[in-house]
Amino acid sequence: MIVRTPVFLIICLAVGAVVFGLSLEVGNDYVFFAGYVILQYVVLSTAWNILGGYCGYVNFGTAAFFALGAYSTVAIYKLIGDNDLPHIMPMPVLMLVGGVVSGIVGFGMGYLTLRLRGAFFSIATLALAVVLQTLVVNWDYVGGSRGAYVIRPEEMPFIGSYVRYLFLMMLLLAIAAIAIARLIEHSKLGYGFATIRDDELAAEALGVPTLRLKLIATTISGALMGMAGAPFPYYIGYLQPDSTFALDYAVNSIAMPLIGGTTSWVGPLIGAVLLGTLQQVATVTISSAVNLLIVGCLLVGFVIIAPNGIIGLVHTFLQRRDEDFVGRRRVDADAPGAVP
Amino acid sequence: MIFSFDLLINAIVSGILIGGFYAAVTSGVSLAFGILDIVNIAHPAFIILGSYVAYIVNATFGLDPILTAIVVTPLFYALGAGIYQVYYVSFEKRGQESLRGLAFFFGLLFITEVSLVLYFGVDYRYVSAPYIGPTWHFGDVDLPLRMLVPCVVSLLLIATLQLILTRTFIGRAIMAVAQDQLALRLMAIDPIRIKRIAFGISIATASLAGAFLIIIQPVEPSVGRQYIGRVFAICVLGGLGSMPGAVIAAMLVGIVESLTSTFYGPSWAPAVSFGFLLLTLAVRPAGLMGR
Amino acid sequence: MNGAIADSLGGSDLLQIDNLGKRFGGFVALENISLSVAAGERLGLIGPNGSGKSTLVNCICGTLRNEQGTVHFDGRKLDGLEAHQRTRLGLARSFQLPRPFVSLSLFDNIRIPLLYTVSARGRLHTADEVEDRCMGLLREVGLEAKARRRPRDLTQVEMRKLELARAMAAEPKLLIADEAMAGLTHSEVEDILTLLVRLNEQGVTVILIEHIMRAVMSFSRRLVVLVSGKKIADGAPDVVVRDPEVERAYLGQ
Repeated sequence: MIVRTPVFLIICLAVGAVVFGLSLEVGNDYVFFAGYVILQYVVLSTAWNILGGYCGYVNFGTAAFFALGAYSTVAIYKLIGDNDLPHIMPMPVLMLVGGVVSGIVGFGMGYLTLRLRGAFFSIATLALAVVLQTLVVNWDYVGGSRGAYVIRPEEMPFIGSYVRYLFLMMLLLAIAAIAIARLIEHSKLGYGFATIRDDELAAEALGVPTLRLKLIATTISGALMGMAGAPFPYYIGYLQPDSTFALDYAVNSIAMPLIGGTTSWVGPLIGAVLLGTLQQVATVTISSAVNLLIVGCLLVGFVIIAPNGIIGLVHTFLQRRDEDFVGRRRVDADAPGAVP
Repeated sequence: MIFSFDLLINAIVSGILIGGFYAAVTSGVSLAFGILDIVNIAHPAFIILGSYVAYIVNATFGLDPILTAIVVTPLFYALGAGIYQVYYVSFEKRGQESLRGLAFFFGLLFITEVSLVLYFGVDYRYVSAPYIGPTWHFGDVDLPLRMLVPCVVSLLLIATLQLILTRTFIGRAIMAVAQDQLALRLMAIDPIRIKRIAFGISIATASLAGAFLIIIQPVEPSVGRQYIGRVFAICVLGGLGSMPGAVIAAMLVGIVESLTSTFYGPSWAPAVSFGFLLLTLAVRPAGLMGR
Repeated sequence: MNGAIADSLGGSDLLQIDNLGKRFGGFVALENISLSVAAGERLGLIGPNGSGKSTLVNCICGTLRNEQGTVHFDGRKLDGLEAHQRTRLGLARSFQLPRPFVSLSLFDNIRIPLLYTVSARGRLHTADEVEDRCMGLLREVGLEAKARRRPRDLTQVEMRKLELARAMAAEPKLLIADEAMAGLTHSEVEDILTLLVRLNEQGVTVILIEHIMRAVMSFSRRLVVLVSGKKIADGAPDVVVRDPEVERAYLGQ
C-alpha cells in the first residue's frame, strides 16, 4: 500500500467534509436527497464488488440484504413505539443492527450455497430475495404488504434538516465501505479472493481455504448492504415491500462496479457516482423506466466492449499513450539535431 | 383454512395442469443450462416477449396464439442464435462466463422488460381464443380449457424436444457437445455451431411458452420475474438437462404451489419454488434424476 | 511386492493408499489401487492416456472424493479433509494443464502458497523473507526476469515452470508433478529433471507422472504402471519395463 489506511481515511474524511460543505452552500435540500441515493449506491456497489469483483461470485440478491437492514429499522421503530420508549435509536446503532442481521443471513446463505458452483450460488441469491420478500409481505408486525410508515424527526441539532443528517451518515458509511474494500484489496485476504476468482481449484490445491474466504466475503458484503438499508425507512418515510425488494437494486449494484471496473475499490465508486448521477438526472427529466433501460444497455454494452470497465479503459489508454511516446522518442532521436 | 376434498382434488389437478406449462417453460432452460452450461437468466424475459408477440397478432388479426407462436418460432430461433454468437465471442471464448456472462444475461432481462414497459405500458394484456372461456367438468373436478390446452401442447412440445435430442443427428450432437467437444471436432463438427443451434432452439421454445402463458393468465412485463427462480428451481430439481426429469419436477412444483396457494393463500406461493430451489441446492444439487 | 520395496528402502511410508476406488457414474476410473510411497522416494507413475493417473492424483489431493478405500499421509487419514487442508499437511501437486492465477503477477502467484500454506504451519515470514523465497524459486526455474509480469505474457513452457515453482513454494513433503514436461525441448526436460532431483535431495518425496520415458527412467527409483484404472506393475524401473503385460498395455503402443 502506497498510502497507509489512517492517511487514506483522513483524506477521505477531508474530501467528505468538502462535499458536505459544498452541498450546504447550494442552499437547497434537494442536493441532500439526491446525494443520499448516490452515496447509498456507492456503499451497495462497493459491497457487491467485494464478493462479485474480488471473488467472482455474482450476487443477485442485493435487494434482500438491503431490505433486511431497512426492515430491522422498522421492527425496532415499532418496538420502541409500542413500548413508549423515549427517543428514536441513534442512526449508527440502527446501522449496526442492520449490518449484523444482514451479515448473519449472508453467512447462513453462504454456508448453504457456497460449496456449489458460482452459477448455483447466483441463482440461489435470486431465490433468497424472493423468499425474504414473501416472508416480509406476510409479517404484519412490519406492515406486511400494506407497508410501514416511519416518521422522520424534523431537525437535528447543529446540522439542520433531518435529511442532512441522513446524508452525513451515508457519507460516513460510504467512506467506511471504501476503506474496508481498499484494506481487503491490499491484504492477504484480497490475494486469496483473487485466487478464488481466477482459479478456485488451483487455489484450494495451494492451501487457500476457499470456503472460509468466500464466507467472509459474503458476510462482509451482506453486512455492508444491510447497513446501507438501515436508514432507508427514515429517508423514504413509507416502506413498501415491492419497491424495497425491487430488482433495481440488483441491477444497479451489478452495473455500477462492472461499468466502473471490478478489480479495485475505485471502480464501484466511479460507477456509482457516474451512473447514480445519470439516473437522478434521467428520472427527473425523462422517466424512471427509461432510466432503467439506460442502465441495462450500459451494463450490456460495457460487459461486451469494455469488460474491465472504466478503469480498464483508462489503463489501456495510458499504456497506448506510453507506447506511442516511446515509439515517437525513437523516431525523434534519429532526427538531425535531436537530443538522445 | 377450510379443508374439503373437493378443494384438494381441484388444487392438485390445477397443479398438474400448470405443471405441464412449467415444463414447457423450463425445457428451454434445461437445454441452455443443463446441456450447454449457459446460465440464461433472461429466459423468462424472452417468454414474456413471446406472450406479447402472441398478443399483438391476436389483437390485430385475431390469429390463434399457439399458431402464431409456431409461425414466429424461426424468428426466435434466429434471435437465440444471434445472442449465443455474441455470448460466445464476448465471454465463452475469453473464459468470462461466470461473472460477465451472467451480468450480460441479467442486462438483457432488464432491457427486454423495460422496453416492453415503455412500448406497451404496465397494463395487463390478454388474448382471446375459443378455448379460453369454457371449463370441462368431470364430477367435482374442474378442467379449465385455458389451462388444459396449454398443458397438453406443452407436453407435446417436450416430447418433440426429447425426440429431437435422442433421435436426430443434430440432437445427439447437442447432447454430445455437453460431454466431449474434442470428439465432435475430430468428427469435423464445429461445436460452436452446434451450441448456436441448441441455444436457438432454447429461445424458440420461449416463443411457444409465451403463447401458453398469455392463454393461462393475463401478462404484463414484470410477470417474467416470478419465473426466474421457478424455472431454475425446476431445472435443478429435475436434474440438469433431463427432459423427463424436468416434467416430473415441474408437476411437483406446480402441485405444491397450487396446494400452498389454495390452503395458505396466494401470497405465499412465490416462496414455494424458491424454497424448493434453496432446499435442493443445499441437499441434493444433482436433482431428482441427476446426471 | 510393495512391502518388500518399502522395507528395503528403509524409512516409514509417507503416503499409503489402500484399495482406492473411484467411479464417474457408470464408468470405473480407478479400481482397487493400493500403493505405498516411502519418504524420500523417487516414484514414477506411467500409463496410457485415460488410465486414471490424474484421477488418482485428484483423489490423493482431495480435489475429487474417492468412494472406496483410504489415503493416509504422514500417518494421518486424509478422508474428509479438504484439498487445502491436505496441502497444509505437506502434499502438493502441479496441474497437467497449468492453472496460473491470471490476474496476479508471477511473483504473487508464487507468494500465494507462502501466504496460505507455509504461514499456516506457524512459521511467519517477514516481507523480506517472502521476497527472497519467491525470487529464489523464480530464479530456480529461470523466470525471475518476468517476476512482475502476468501469466499471459508467458510461453507454454514458462507456464509449466511457473506451475512447478508454485507447487514447490508450498514447501511440500511430497510433490506430485503431473506431466510437467509435456512439450518441452530436450534441454528443458533436463532442466526440470535437475530441479526435481535437487528437490528430492533436499528431502522432498517426488511422484513423477510422465510420458517421456527417458525422463521417467532416469529419474525414478521405482516405477508404477496404471492401465484402465488398475495398477498392473510396481517395482524397479528396468524390471517393470520388461514386464510383458506392461509392454503389451503401454509400451508396445
